[in-house]
Amino acid sequence: MALNADESGRLVDVLSRHVDRITRRWAEVVAAQLRGRLSQAELIRQGQELHRALLDALGKGAVDLTSEEATELRAVLAEFSRGQARQGFSATETATGVFALKDALLTVLDSDQSEGTLRDYVGFSALVDQMGLFTFETYVRTRESLIADQAEQLLELSTPVVKLWEGVVAVPLVGTLDSARAQVVMERLLQTLVDTGSPYAIIDITGVPAVDTQVAQHILKTVVAARLMGADCIISGIRPQIAQTIVALGIEFGDIATKASLADALRHVLRLTGVETGRRQSRREA
Amino acid sequence: MERVPILKIGDILLVSIQVDMSDQTAVALQEDLAERIVATGCHGVIIDITALDIVDSFVGRMLSTIASISRVLDAETVVVGMRPAVAITLVELGLSLNGIRTALNVERGMELIAAERADQGDDEFDYGPDTELTASP
Repeated sequence: MALNADESGRLVDVLSRHVDRITRRWAEVVAAQLRGRLSQAELIRQGQELHRALLDALGKGAVDLTSEEATELRAVLAEFSRGQARQGFSATETATGVFALKDALLTVLDSDQSEGTLRDYVGFSALVDQMGLFTFETYVRTRESLIADQAEQLLELSTPVVKLWEGVVAVPLVGTLDSARAQVVMERLLQTLVDTGSPYAIIDITGVPAVDTQVAQHILKTVVAARLMGADCIISGIRPQIAQTIVALGIEFGDIATKASLADALRHVLRLTGVETGRRQSRREA
Repeated sequence: MERVPILKIGDILLVSIQVDMSDQTAVALQEDLAERIVATGCHGVIIDITALDIVDSFVGRMLSTIASISRVLDAETVVVGMRPAVAITLVELGLSLNGIRTALNVERGMELIAAERADQGDDEFDYGPDTELTASP
């Protein structure tokens, strides 16, 4: 238990008598940390809100952050913390926002030396510590959910299947190919083959930074699955370093057609389907 | 026991599997198909598995066996309409159905067989089954 009823009562008294001083001091301490990333008015507003919630909770007789009476205080802290996390403030800056309350109270108590002040302050300090930890937890949770959201968006955004020609679709792969993404790519490609009735698919790996055995395995699986469905896959966009890695790792692409560039792959497919391409004609003339 | 119907279209036998394949159904299909190939003298077999949600190892092997039997009887087998989920499952199981030709749909399957026959170039462009039958002893 952080505070007893008496301490809590005295604190409410102090907090309500020095609203302005506490808020201003709090804003000062936090502003020093943030170095002008939030306006003074904004800080004062946050300070007042925090102060009001704290006073409210203590006034209702809250002795602990986990108690029923402190529900609103927790909500305010969570909101404060989420805001900081979303605006890109660091964990320290967020925690300081709460710990600054101690500093603010200390300045008020300095001018009011009396019996029991130290005990009050220690009790208050314990409460603020709880608030700080709570804020930090919310901060971490918010950041984690942000990261999860972004990973999901990335998965959605980075696997388009585009139609290149009548009966030819292409998947430009961008970024590292892990199992989850490979699965999404495979499913989407195969579904597109069915939907469009395209007998040819080009998998372009120009945007894949590195090909290891696992990535190769994923690509091979996709190609074999497409073959089972009656479509042919061509792998394109193999950069020189990637080609060297593939050979060094001993990855066998077997009878799967591989091309250096997407253009080569498209030309290859068009030749298979019997479409005459410009470059071949000009070569013949030359 | 359910039997899978075998339809004859020109020079091609079309097998559209619409029921869940039990082991007996699969065996019966193998026998029926072999008989029909001999009786009609067709040179192409298209097996449509669009309606199949599940292809297990047994059905996979049945498809391979049918392909082998047909090849012995001088008929080309094409499996068409495999669903993405089925294809992924087969790959994960490590069944790549070697020796089976595949196509996206029945139409492409027929094109594939026609192209195949044209490549081989035997009996010119006359695919009439009747002439086939009379030609064979």
